[in-house]
Amino acid sequence: MAPLDELKIGGMGASRRRVEDNRFIRGKGRYVDDIVLPGMLHMEILRSPVAHARIKSIDTSAAWEVPGVRLVMTGETMAARNLAWMPTLSYDTQAVLATDKVRFQGQEVAAVIADNPYIARDALDKIVVEYEQLPVIVNPIQAQSPDAPLIRDDKENQTSNKIFDWEIGDKEATDRAFAEADVVSKIDLHYPRSHPSPIETCGSIADYDRATGKLTVYMTSQAPHIVRAAVAMVAELPEHMIRIIAPDLGGGFGNKVPIYPGYVISILASILTERPVKWVEDKSSNLISTGFGRDVYLEGELALRKDGKILGMRMHTISDHGAFFADAQPTKFKIGLMHSTFACYDIPTAHLLSEGYYTNKGSGGVAYRCSFRVTEAMFFQERMMHAAANDLGMDQAEFRRLNLVRDDMFPYRTAFGFLTDSGQYGKCLDVGMEAIGYSTFKQEQEEARKRGKLLGIGISTMTEPLGAGNSREYDILGIKMFDSAELRVHMTGKAILRTGAKSQGQGHETTWAQIVAHELGIPADDIVVEEGDTDTAPFGMGTYASRSTPVAGAAVAMASRKIRAKARKIAAHLLEISEEDIEWELGRFYVRGNQERGVTIQDCALAAYSNMPDGLEPGLENTSYYDPPNLTWPFAAYFCKVEVDAETGVWDVLNFVAVDDCGVRINPMIVEGQVMGGLTEAYAMANMQYITFDEEGNCIGANYMDYLLPTSWETPGFELHEVVTPCPHHPIGAKGVGECATVAGPAAFVNAVMNAIEHTGVRNVDMPLMPNRVYEALQTGRNVSGMPPVLSD
Amino acid sequence: MTSLFDEVQEAPAEGVEVRRVTVNVNGADKTVDVEPRLLLVHLLRQALQLTGTHSGCDTTSCGACTVLMDGRPVKSCTVLAVQANGREVETVEGLATASELHPIQEGFKEEHGLQCGFCTPGMMLSAKALLERNPDPTEDEVRWALSGNLCRCTGYQNIVKSVLWAAKKMREQNQEA
Repeated sequence: MAPLDELKIGGMGASRRRVEDNRFIRGKGRYVDDIVLPGMLHMEILRSPVAHARIKSIDTSAAWEVPGVRLVMTGETMAARNLAWMPTLSYDTQAVLATDKVRFQGQEVAAVIADNPYIARDALDKIVVEYEQLPVIVNPIQAQSPDAPLIRDDKENQTSNKIFDWEIGDKEATDRAFAEADVVSKIDLHYPRSHPSPIETCGSIADYDRATGKLTVYMTSQAPHIVRAAVAMVAELPEHMIRIIAPDLGGGFGNKVPIYPGYVISILASILTERPVKWVEDKSSNLISTGFGRDVYLEGELALRKDGKILGMRMHTISDHGAFFADAQPTKFKIGLMHSTFACYDIPTAHLLSEGYYTNKGSGGVAYRCSFRVTEAMFFQERMMHAAANDLGMDQAEFRRLNLVRDDMFPYRTAFGFLTDSGQYGKCLDVGMEAIGYSTFKQEQEEARKRGKLLGIGISTMTEPLGAGNSREYDILGIKMFDSAELRVHMTGKAILRTGAKSQGQGHETTWAQIVAHELGIPADDIVVEEGDTDTAPFGMGTYASRSTPVAGAAVAMASRKIRAKARKIAAHLLEISEEDIEWELGRFYVRGNQERGVTIQDCALAAYSNMPDGLEPGLENTSYYDPPNLTWPFAAYFCKVEVDAETGVWDVLNFVAVDDCGVRINPMIVEGQVMGGLTEAYAMANMQYITFDEEGNCIGANYMDYLLPTSWETPGFELHEVVTPCPHHPIGAKGVGECATVAGPAAFVNAVMNAIEHTGVRNVDMPLMPNRVYEALQTGRNVSGMPPVLSD
Repeated sequence: MTSLFDEVQEAPAEGVEVRRVTVNVNGADKTVDVEPRLLLVHLLRQALQLTGTHSGCDTTSCGACTVLMDGRPVKSCTVLAVQANGREVETVEGLATASELHPIQEGFKEEHGLQCGFCTPGMMLSAKALLERNPDPTEDEVRWALSGNLCRCTGYQNIVKSVLWAAKKMREQNQEA
């Protein structure tokens, strides 16, 4: 009997076309806004037009008069039920509907529930709110001033705008390294505020059934089980009576991890009206009030020996979290995994000091396509590396090669205590240098300059920690960061698989089935995958931080293996031999020494329901919880070549080479799709995509006319390469990948542009590198800061 | 054959005059009484339950709501339903026949031109309008034609490939015909 061809059954390594596409290309996806329930009402939210003000009065009487209005809610409505404030996923509190003050422009002030959204909007216009405006803070430097107004006067014992100080590393040893250094390289910069901005905004449909006491909420959530736990805590409803369903999500990128006031208001609205209540944000509401990313200031220093060896690293970060500390970071790490910075380099000692501040802006700091602040960590790292190589007068690639962790050093303990376990960093660097034509670039650059053209090349290399937990170190609200899979094999050998993850476009319905096909030999087309319904899926922490394949994907493999172990017992029974005399090949058990005599996994499945051996539990299913022993550490080496127009400051990408080592690739087509998407977001942040604020706290970037996202026209093409170093601890050798490109990408673009213009003496231009900023740097030779407030008209 | 509801009517707000509009949607005339302010995207999604047309940005910027009106792409979030009166509108639901996908749909699946799927219907309709006037576009022509449709997942490279895949297949089909 010929063995099964794994690629033909859609197993590991097959670029299997996506299962979910069958509905999406027909317009048959089912997103929250597509769902209509009988008797459903519609909710719209009134938001604050000002950034910081005391609420003197709210008059809703005229809104109640609008025909078709069923309910008008304010902070008082919430407060009467102890719901005016809710806990965040970062041990802070957040206002649901404002009672005392508004603390950022766009904060939720009132809600109208009506027969349709048009009527609800009409009624919003009739609500009269009287504000007494207060001084506004739009950056953390202002927030530190002793004269700064106290933003969070609602919190007991909060006497300043500081949220936290967080410190890691060996300060004394690092200070010594700096004292002994030949060269100290220093760079200060700002990673600007940005918004993940999936095209689909956030929304929910809450459906409370008084007869059964059951609350069902359809919700745009990347982590529905966390929401269920939080709703149980906040609304004091029993957890078994809460069902959170995340249907198809129109993108997430971290924006759909936090729990937003709108969800909670819609839940109370449904309880009060006894009708289903739908709330779907418009784009401005999404951009102004939900999970921003980034907004961190860096003071970075490297202690260097003349020959290029890094002796020590010092980083001081100041982050702007907006009015509520409402991002989702693992409990122990206030500034996420910022201390994963420099993990790919062999550095004897390092020290990181991080401070977080409240400002009058929407809540920030979500992991925007990023494993908890890793995007900032790696951007800072690669900008510091770039500046240091220049300070030493060394070649960018050779400076990196000299300091990268070598293949023979794994497992390697970083200066901040992470354990990186695998990689071929030097090889990735070589592949990229070859592909971009690195060796001839300097000559090319010089010749171009003689013709008045400014060329630049930028490198970004990094390894990042993807796939939290392990549970020893990683939890959110005390819930450990494991994940889960439940696999049921039916009697005909077909199967259903459910996991605790939640796809937002990553293609889980396709790739999870491929893992089962790899482990059991059941064709991927015979396996249906479901996620996102807390009543049916096993408990999991959801999809963000590139954790699905490292954690839930591993759980899928483990569940499959446990099923194979049980099927082996059934096979022994069917073949009438002892279990020890059985061998496995893909999809089939056979008698050792007689390969012809065997039974397929499908035979075993049928027998599990119709002919099981005595004493064996019937059925063929398993639920596995997987707690990873370590994070996974993919590596990226990115090379970007640009041309800058000296007369306008406009820059074009001439070539971009991305070398990714994410371990074993389950579906190469999907992996490449993730990398290209991530690179585009990196390009966006480097080039145009940011949200800033004026001195009054007005959000500049509250719609797609002001918040620029790249289109098909500007977005460059990307040349992708792969190196494969399997993860030593993951059951199928895979590492996370969804965010590598967003994390490593921005520095490649910025370093390239800086390389083209730094002959003028400029050391840094803050992202985004808009033409006016690049032009200013070229004209003045001085750094260009992007810190708000900006001038507005 | 008749059904219980051919026409779905939203109750107008008090004092609001409604207009009767007849729109040919995917080949069938639909007559609906609407408030003059009703947006085409809401007529399609709510009154006609064609939820494949998505509402993304409300400001004509993202293109998720793109449909073809008399063969030309329009963003249905900034077209009033009354403006579609007497016109032909094609949505994503009109692309495939009962038995066969449109080559553009096949192309998007074949070349991994979508991830979350939210921008996909609008993207495919913009592509259809392009291929109907230019059956053999260059990569740049595809990129220009799709530049009114934003995608946050794919980076566009595979979307461009999808459209070129479809163009080739459509040309081959036309040669056979």
